Amino acid sequence: MITLEHITKRYSGLVAVDDLSFEVADGDVAVLIGPSGCGKTTTLRMINRLIEPTSGRVLLDGTDTRTLKPEELRRHIGYAIQSVGLFPHLTVAENIATVPRLLGWKRDRINARAIELLELVGLDPSVYAGKYPRQLSGGEAQRIGVARALAADPPVLLMDEPFGAVDPLNRDRLQVEFAKIQRELKKTVIFVTHDVDEAIRLADKIALMRLGHLEQYDSPEMLLDHPATKFVHDFVGADAALKRLSRVQVDSVMRTEVPSAHDNESALVKAAADSARFVYLTATDGTLEGWLDQRVLERGTPLADAATRINWRETAVGPDASLKEALSRMLELGYHNVPVVDDAGRLLGVVSLSDVERAMKGGDAHMAASAVTLESGNDASTNSPEG
Amino acid sequence: MATASSSTSRSRRLWLSTAGVLTAAVAFFAALRNQAAIDSRLLRAFGPIPNPVFDTPLLDLTLQHLAIVLVSSALTIAVGLPLGIWVTRDGGRDFRDIVSVGVDFGQVFPPIAVLALMFPLLGLSPASAVLALFLYGLLPVVSSTVAGLESVSPAIIDAARGMGLGHWRILFAVELPLASAVILGGIRTSVVINVGTATVAAAVGAGGLGLPIFTGINTGNTGYIFEGAVTVSLLALLLDSAVATTGLLLEPEGLT
Repeated sequence: MITLEHITKRYSGLVAVDDLSFEVADGDVAVLIGPSGCGKTTTLRMINRLIEPTSGRVLLDGTDTRTLKPEELRRHIGYAIQSVGLFPHLTVAENIATVPRLLGWKRDRINARAIELLELVGLDPSVYAGKYPRQLSGGEAQRIGVARALAADPPVLLMDEPFGAVDPLNRDRLQVEFAKIQRELKKTVIFVTHDVDEAIRLADKIALMRLGHLEQYDSPEMLLDHPATKFVHDFVGADAALKRLSRVQVDSVMRTEVPSAHDNESALVKAAADSARFVYLTATDGTLEGWLDQRVLERGTPLADAATRINWRETAVGPDASLKEALSRMLELGYHNVPVVDDAGRLLGVVSLSDVERAMKGGDAHMAASAVTLESGNDASTNSPEG
Repeated sequence: MATASSSTSRSRRLWLSTAGVLTAAVAFFAALRNQAAIDSRLLRAFGPIPNPVFDTPLLDLTLQHLAIVLVSSALTIAVGLPLGIWVTRDGGRDFRDIVSVGVDFGQVFPPIAVLALMFPLLGLSPASAVLALFLYGLLPVVSSTVAGLESVSPAIIDAARGMGLGHWRILFAVELPLASAVILGGIRTSVVINVGTATVAAAVGAGGLGLPIFTGINTGNTGYIFEGAVTVSLLALLLDSAVATTGLLLEPEGLT
């Protein structure tokens, strides 16, 4: 547990961080976000005492960090930054070994740990352990940076825009991998970013900062549905409802009782029995091959030609995809539902537009609520864009 | 695999340049020891001048010269390197401009004037020559140390601090290895100019290869001048490549 109590940082009269207090529970990812100069990086750096607060204190599991030697404190807090800062004169394995070596680990344990971490971040140890940083791509360097931060298995991880310097495609992959690693390791993470989508995707709690003070500290859902201020509302954007969908995984709303059959004839029987419009067609191993649409039959198409054959890789979504992706797929293909398949293409269930709508209910409620509060607001300048 | 091949080429380069420097050094001193051969060549080349050969053996002069250069360069490095480090630390940053002016002054102040000024204090001794050369060579060492340390990316130092490395460890394990190429470049410059400038030592009776040159100028004997100047140049080249090879040895892998 990390506790910030009335943290203030002043630079010769200028207030960078103003009386900030919040708590991060064990195993949570807290994302600090806000426009440039809002004090988010300063706040992060006060946690491992790279910057000393002017007043207030930081508690780590109840221990005041000021009672610890700064170097000692930092060796037990992982630290990853946007510019990565790998040591160019050391190999990847030596870079990862930095903190374990400071802690006096045995050589065998350090080597084993480096290999384990390279595997964790998805890089082949036999290829990468001996490479030098200049031989790495941006995405690879970022992965090594995260591996190095995790090296001594610190309970707390500080990350300052760790995926900020890579292209959008790599950034997306790094986010997915980070989320996966975090599910496994359950570190207490404080993560700085200026990317709202990244924050919503990764955060358990978001601390939205502005001009050195905290605007709102809440779960992404609360931030999206109940923005505390006009600034929060504007910052998360007008598409809060859509962003909310990116928090919901397909497998949490999909329906698993899906009429399916192996051939057209039995599909027809099934359709009649279930009075369903769609019956999915699968191979004997369950791989999705297409579907039979009653409407097509009603138009007089012979049964043999009535089935739509599809490639599941292009038409279906995975169970860990977000509802945002599922909705995007529906809009792209022009259907009101999208099948959900596993890695091998086996049919798991289906998500329909009405499922998405139901999941959006919270978002709708917030849109209506915020419209009301904004209209009744006394400040004329707070008119919402949609108002 | 790329790493393996780059490290083989690195060790081959190291081996080759070490062998080259050693061979050159052996050849140089072997030639100097053969005073008779040098004498006969000088006599043939400068025949018309009476007595073209300086009477102290060239090897003795060279060893004197080398001693003056090594002592003053060692002093320069021993003082210049810590000075350069100090003015890039929090505690010394305020003194950076003063130090910079000081070492600039050491370089622009003529070494021969240092000898003249030191004469009443130190008299005719190698000490004043060593002092003059020490001051003269300080600038390249200090400025390259500062430049090298400042070229280290702040992100790397931030990462090091953030992982819990202390100041000394950051200096020795991160900053100095990364700055080593630039610093060694400065040391190399300092040593090479030192070899040439050390000829002034002869003016205070400290000997060295300046002796035949000064005598040659005073007596109008080109043979003497030639004898001293060529030997100084060869010695400078030899020391330059020796320092460069040391640089190859010290420079960390992974940077080139």
